[in-house]
Amino acid sequence: MRASMTVLGIESSCDDTAAAVVFGTPDQATIQSSIVESQTDLHAAFGGVVPELAARAHAEKLDHCVELALRDAGLTLADVDGIAVTSGPGLIGGVLSGVMCAKGLSAATGLPLIGVNHLAGHALTPRLTDALHFPYLLLLVSGGHCQFLIVKSATDFRRLGGTIDDAPGEAFDKVAKLLGLPQPGGPSVEAAARNGNPKGFALPRPLLDRDGCDMSFSGLKTAVLRMRDQLVEADGGLTEQSRNDLCASFQEAVCDVLAAKTSIAIKAYKGLSPATPSFAVAGGVAANQAIRGLLETVCTENGIAFSAPPLALCTDNAAMIAYAGLTLFDLGRSSDLSLSARPRWPLDQSQAPMLGSGKKGAKA
Amino acid sequence: MTNRFATQSLKSADDTAQLAQAVSSVLTTGDVLLLEGPLGAGKSHFARHAIQARLGRAEDVPSPTFTLVQVYETPDLDIWHCDLYRLSDPDGAIELGLEEAFETAAYLIEWPSRLGDLRPADAVTLQLAMGAGEDHREATFSGQPSGFRTRLESVLND
Repeated sequence: MRASMTVLGIESSCDDTAAAVVFGTPDQATIQSSIVESQTDLHAAFGGVVPELAARAHAEKLDHCVELALRDAGLTLADVDGIAVTSGPGLIGGVLSGVMCAKGLSAATGLPLIGVNHLAGHALTPRLTDALHFPYLLLLVSGGHCQFLIVKSATDFRRLGGTIDDAPGEAFDKVAKLLGLPQPGGPSVEAAARNGNPKGFALPRPLLDRDGCDMSFSGLKTAVLRMRDQLVEADGGLTEQSRNDLCASFQEAVCDVLAAKTSIAIKAYKGLSPATPSFAVAGGVAANQAIRGLLETVCTENGIAFSAPPLALCTDNAAMIAYAGLTLFDLGRSSDLSLSARPRWPLDQSQAPMLGSGKKGAKA
Repeated sequence: MTNRFATQSLKSADDTAQLAQAVSSVLTTGDVLLLEGPLGAGKSHFARHAIQARLGRAEDVPSPTFTLVQVYETPDLDIWHCDLYRLSDPDGAIELGLEEAFETAAYLIEWPSRLGDLRPADAVTLQLAMGAGEDHREATFSGQPSGFRTRLESVLND
């Protein structure tokens, strides 16, 4: 049996600053503590989610987060076996401050250091929360990401496809903005959609008729804009019912695209003949009940187990980084103090991304 | 608009892509192209095709709205694709390192109004406005005389 480890995780690659402690083995790990300092609440009052850009602000909060994470776990650095830190992809200032913090702790304590891909953290979370067996199929769908991955091992990810432009979370935010709904847009569009008719307006389903798992959501946003302008012109303004119908129609278009592409992804995944076929959805957009419900139905229809990590572990957090670090340490991997921040770091570097639009070289 | 030097009527998303390829062909280190226009005008679409043309390969160019900056390394030029939509003021742009980096790469910047005083004097602005038809866009280039402007004029006005 493999030895259990205690790993401190640090995450600051996007808007939030986080630290966490995870204990165990890759097959059975538990979260001892997880601290996330979010800017969202603070800025919601001002009508928008403003990113935490300042490397300095991240750095200041990191020390505090690490301290709280250790305290909540009832540990000191002397009890920790390794330090895991998000070293990309993400906002360079944020990633750098996390990496600097981790290097400092590593240099001061002599503890091993490991740089973790932020997306690998998300991708491995279903192992931590639901003990999924490799290989499993993952849909990562959030504000900044949307991709289907077959997770074959802690270091082997195959990307089946993803958005070629906006991520769905971004589309929700921008639609909310276009329709005068509060930010963050996901919950407010979902709430409006509950009182609307999803067949109210005909909106496009980009790339729905194409093979493969690539998706596009940018044109959908533009279609909502056109529809809004037509309604404003016809009715002299946007009625609440029209707005609700538009939200419901938009949400259904996103649902349809995700459901259709999930079916295609499941077929590709089943080609690997997994012993226990499993699908997991992660990312903030997984909080949308309509999307979640539909994905669950698609899985049931295709005879594959559905799971979704709890929301706190779907959105950015450091427990996933600590866990991913733990699995990498277990494989004998570690980084040295030359670890650098990587703003761009695709999980599947073996595979050329598939472009669905086919518009490149239109002149030819 | 002051210092306007080229306009084009784009009839389709493909037209926008072709314009992007033409602009991309003259980009060099230090060039700053500011992409202005409302949500849905095609700013990201333009940037995506400009970057892909220069990369010469089919690489995903996702929207940088959430990440704020995506850096692409082409064979002879680094291109920074920035989206300042989520920034509230120029302090954010300073924190992103835009100020120092303006001389080391070419820049395609969406929502540049957040740059404030950081807007380089020799930057070129491409305004994309909604046209009459659904996919129609009016493209307007403006900027003070500069090497970048001269290179753009050579490909836009032939």
